[in-house]
Amino acid sequence: MSDQGDDLILSELNDAELVEQMMDDLYDGLKDEIEEAVGILLERGWVPYDILTKSLVLGMQIVGDDFRDGILFVPEVLRAAQAMKGGMAILKPLLVETGAPKMGKMVIGTVKGDIHDIGKNLVAMMMEGAGFEIIDLGINNPAEDYINTAINEGCDIIGMSALLTTTMPYMKVVIDQLKEMGKRDDYIVLVGGAPLNEEFGTAIGADAYCDDAAIAVETAKSFMLRKHNQA
Amino acid sequence: MTDALTRLLNERDWLLTDGATGTALFNMGLQSGDAPELWNVDKPENIVKLYEGAVNAGSDIFLTNSFGGNASRLKLHDSQSRVHELNKAAAEIGRNVADKAGRTVVVAGSVGPTGDIMEPTGTLTFSDAVEMFHEQAEGLKAGGADVLWIETISAPEEYRAAAEGARLAGMPWAGTMSFDTAGRTMMGVTSSELANLVEKIENPPVAYGANCGVGSSDLLRTVLGFSAQATGRPIIAKGNAGIPKYHEGHIHYDGTPELMADYACLARDAGAQIIGGCCGTTPEHLRAMREALETRPKNARPTLEAIVEKLGGFSSPSDGTDDKGPKRDRSSRRRR
Repeated sequence: MSDQGDDLILSELNDAELVEQMMDDLYDGLKDEIEEAVGILLERGWVPYDILTKSLVLGMQIVGDDFRDGILFVPEVLRAAQAMKGGMAILKPLLVETGAPKMGKMVIGTVKGDIHDIGKNLVAMMMEGAGFEIIDLGINNPAEDYINTAINEGCDIIGMSALLTTTMPYMKVVIDQLKEMGKRDDYIVLVGGAPLNEEFGTAIGADAYCDDAAIAVETAKSFMLRKHNQA
Repeated sequence: MTDALTRLLNERDWLLTDGATGTALFNMGLQSGDAPELWNVDKPENIVKLYEGAVNAGSDIFLTNSFGGNASRLKLHDSQSRVHELNKAAAEIGRNVADKAGRTVVVAGSVGPTGDIMEPTGTLTFSDAVEMFHEQAEGLKAGGADVLWIETISAPEEYRAAAEGARLAGMPWAGTMSFDTAGRTMMGVTSSELANLVEKIENPPVAYGANCGVGSSDLLRTVLGFSAQATGRPIIAKGNAGIPKYHEGHIHYDGTPELMADYACLARDAGAQIIGGCCGTTPEHLRAMREALETRPKNARPTLEAIVEKLGGFSSPSDGTDDKGPKRDRSSRRRR
């Protein structure tokens, strides 16, 4: 980071420049700068939903694309996500107040026996950024936890993550239990994790396998759209 | 006295290590989500079978059933207080199998990642990580492991912490990372970076290399990246038998024994001295690999094109070592 960085005064930038700078700062994982910029845009009368979608989400999309393309790796993405989280913490209560559009509700977690939650956290963050309400169950979840939360909280989507080949088959346990309860068709089931692939997702009866967080958001959006169209 | 692994490395041009642990245990009825390490005590007969599978197929080295045997991972199964017990049992069973083999077989105490992200990106401190690795190392040592085998690591800090755990236990070690993200580890480490990192560690490993990751092609590209650094340290190639497919309730890897035999010889040509499989590699694969290594001549270092031709394409165009990887043009004001 150059020393000149300190000379940049965010409040002196016009809206377009500021948004561009925010995307850049998000890319560099600069949490304080993101929080400051969100505050400035709010002062300038921006609607919280616009700040979210026109700066933070767009910025995270660039981060997501570069992660997919092998330009950024997990440490950079996590720092960007932490910066995003800083901005989200300011916007979240305001989004509720201002009745920002809701995309849907998702319960997410890593499956039983799996503690690797990096990918799951990224998906949760990106989904939240895209306007989904997220209930994050954290790590090591038995089938009941996914299913009971989905039922009790009225979720649209169940998202499962696994990093290990020893834990990925557990996703089928959850799906099978949903089937036994006659509730499989009530939910969109999305799965993800390093050792998985599309074929695996299909074989266990998930609605889709999502290769990365950005794809998870796109997939969730398109399934929600279909769901609305059916209703 | 030098350790058994170093002795074998001095005597032989190549060593065959083992295949998959998870895949084998699932076939014996391990339920998804359960901790394989509990079987070291609850079903030791299955662990004997697992180890014998590798030894009978001709492995010179096999890894103990202790991959997830650190406090952080065992906590999921409420067994964090059993780290020493479960690791000692894993190594003890291994010691017995190895000593009955009638030849030198190295018992390598498997040490997997903690699953936590280390500071500053994550929350796990270096000293806490060292403590966890040290605790596991002592258990494996008590059970009679010859060396520690640190594997599937993605972060340089965690690799160093595991090395420190080995040092505290006074154990020789080998250490591999998993290069599964565009040819790098998910934390962004390239093959050449690992080769150089290894030389900076106070107690460097007996051997270093790559395990798991994507397919066998990617793994060999990584091995070429290691050997290009020419540090002289023995290199480990432990790749998956193809790609996981789900079939009738089981994970099945699509790599055939013939493919793994080709992979084994190419790995040797690429500069690996310790060659084995990872997920999906069964004793049948190992037998084919051993036979190929014994009967086929060593060839010149393969080109990337030759690897693609024999084993299939790479998961990404670049692995970050050739400076040809994708880049983003930045015009940040902060960086001007």
